[in-house]
Amino acid sequence: MTAPAKAPGARRPRHGTPLGRAVTRLFDDKWAGAAGLAVAVLAPFVIATPYALSVMTSAAIFVMLASGLNIVVGFCGLLDLGYVAFYAVGAYTSGVLATRLDLPLWATVPVVVVVTALAGVVIGAPTLRLRSDYLAIVTLGFGEIIRITANNLEITGGPSGIYGIPGLTSSPVVFYYITVAVVALAVAGASRLGRSRLGRAWRFVREDEDAAEAMGVHTYRVKLAAYIAGAVWGGLAGVLFAAQVSAISPGSFTFLSSALVLMAVVLGGMGSSPGVVIGAVVISVLPEVLRDFADYRFFLFGVLLIVVMLLRPQGLWPHRSREAGS
Amino acid sequence: MAQLIWNGLFVGSFYALVALGYSMVYGIMKLLNFAHGDLYMLGAFTGFAVLGAVGGVSPGMALPVLLGVMVVTMAVTGLSGVVLERVAYRPLRGAPRLSLLITAVGASFALEYGMRTAAGADPQVYPVRLGGTSLEVLGARVTVQQVALIVVAVALMIGLNLLVTRTREGRAMRAIALDPRTSALMGINVNAVISRTFFLGSALAGAAGVMAGAYYGKIDFLMGFLIGLKAFTSAVIGGIGNIPGTMLGGLVLGLLESFGTYWLGGEWRDVFAFGVLILFLTVRPTGLLGERVTERV
Repeated sequence: MTAPAKAPGARRPRHGTPLGRAVTRLFDDKWAGAAGLAVAVLAPFVIATPYALSVMTSAAIFVMLASGLNIVVGFCGLLDLGYVAFYAVGAYTSGVLATRLDLPLWATVPVVVVVTALAGVVIGAPTLRLRSDYLAIVTLGFGEIIRITANNLEITGGPSGIYGIPGLTSSPVVFYYITVAVVALAVAGASRLGRSRLGRAWRFVREDEDAAEAMGVHTYRVKLAAYIAGAVWGGLAGVLFAAQVSAISPGSFTFLSSALVLMAVVLGGMGSSPGVVIGAVVISVLPEVLRDFADYRFFLFGVLLIVVMLLRPQGLWPHRSREAGS
Repeated sequence: MAQLIWNGLFVGSFYALVALGYSMVYGIMKLLNFAHGDLYMLGAFTGFAVLGAVGGVSPGMALPVLLGVMVVTMAVTGLSGVVLERVAYRPLRGAPRLSLLITAVGASFALEYGMRTAAGADPQVYPVRLGGTSLEVLGARVTVQQVALIVVAVALMIGLNLLVTRTREGRAMRAIALDPRTSALMGINVNAVISRTFFLGSALAGAAGVMAGAYYGKIDFLMGFLIGLKAFTSAVIGGIGNIPGTMLGGLVLGLLESFGTYWLGGEWRDVFAFGVLILFLTVRPTGLLGERVTERV
């Protein structure tokens, strides 16, 4: 097969079958992202029913969520079980501002970024010094706190939520392309962050926090940075969500959703950007395809989580380290 | 006031009973068993099924029948806990913590939605209610059934505490909690002891599930999620891994919630509980009775 141009200086582990190596090379290739984007751009030319467009838009938003959680869980190894809390904070901030102050939705984005970053600090700052499993359960509690708060406050509309949120555009196709563009930027951004100096520090913290500390990585600050980045990604995905559905309620932000995003990250391969994108698309589109299995869906998800961890803990499309010999 | 304290102690004893399983498993293998709350749910449903099989129960016989059902249920949930550990946790014992945590989340999901497919999404009504006459004690309304449930809960906790502090088995558990590898060198069958720990913790959760079903009257497949979180909070407040601490933590959380509900209203109760959890982890992560740990795992 004609291998695409090899990135200079990239050394890859030499093991596995020739086919496996070819597949690996294909997966590794920098054009994988462009190919994914091309698929997303061309999809409406294949099928453009309103239903299909809405599924595809939701899938794109889900990809954004997963790539945000991937920063926290995949890059930095911090298990966040309340990730949709940030999604909710983003959606609600944007929704409340847009409906109360009659702002166009895009104008709420800076506020959303600030508020979600703050939310990340509020929950991350006291708890990131703790052991990872404490963090997991605190984030779980945080997710519940946000959901219950949204359910009880007047400004968030209580159980019925906020409706009449202005969309970004009236055309579903245009909105789909806006979403794809934002999500593509977000995925590329997350991926580049992962390869930056900070990203290498994240991986180091994930692999061995004590060693990282000993090597002069300020682990607390680095973890907080991952947490804030993840929060902002989630919040921006929330704005897109608010624009798509125009009505949000606490029911959209349950633990179930957090678990599904986590599922996407784990299934795709923690720490691997293309893997997580694939994982998110699979998790969000598969249920639409398998409507008949609706009742078994979440049961299967649970079993799948266990099976993936037991048999393929690195996920379907694992991250290949550029550093040799891993 | 007396009513608030009594309600708090009552709910707290449930929390404590569920939290013990969390605490024991955590103490011995440093794993947060996310599925623990769902074993409580499984207990409630098992009790429901067994009661359905027994058939009509006259109100006078409710308590003895319920105790019998509880024993059966404890066996079932205990064994489920053992199976869960064997299938989902043991193979990953040497793996990174993250994998283990994710497996636990998966197990929790599988239990919840497995039960949903088995028993339906709608809440089920428990066939047996403990009919109780209420007494007036120091200005608080206390029902006989509450007293009965508290007595059972306390008896179970005392039994567990005796087991852990006085028996060979308990000594083995404590040894493993300190150092699994050395324990193995000293001739302790680590896997067997961990299995038994899971059995005990899950059985207690199952007992609590039956009690909750008989008391609240309604059960559903998601009931374990919140109680799992609350139980974990109790364990943290008291000092996770520490058995008397966990019991204390359950009672403290029950009291806090009772007063929090009174001050802030019932809709903020859970927010209050998790707020306390975050506060506790920030200020005193080892809990009220926990020892300060300097090692990092």
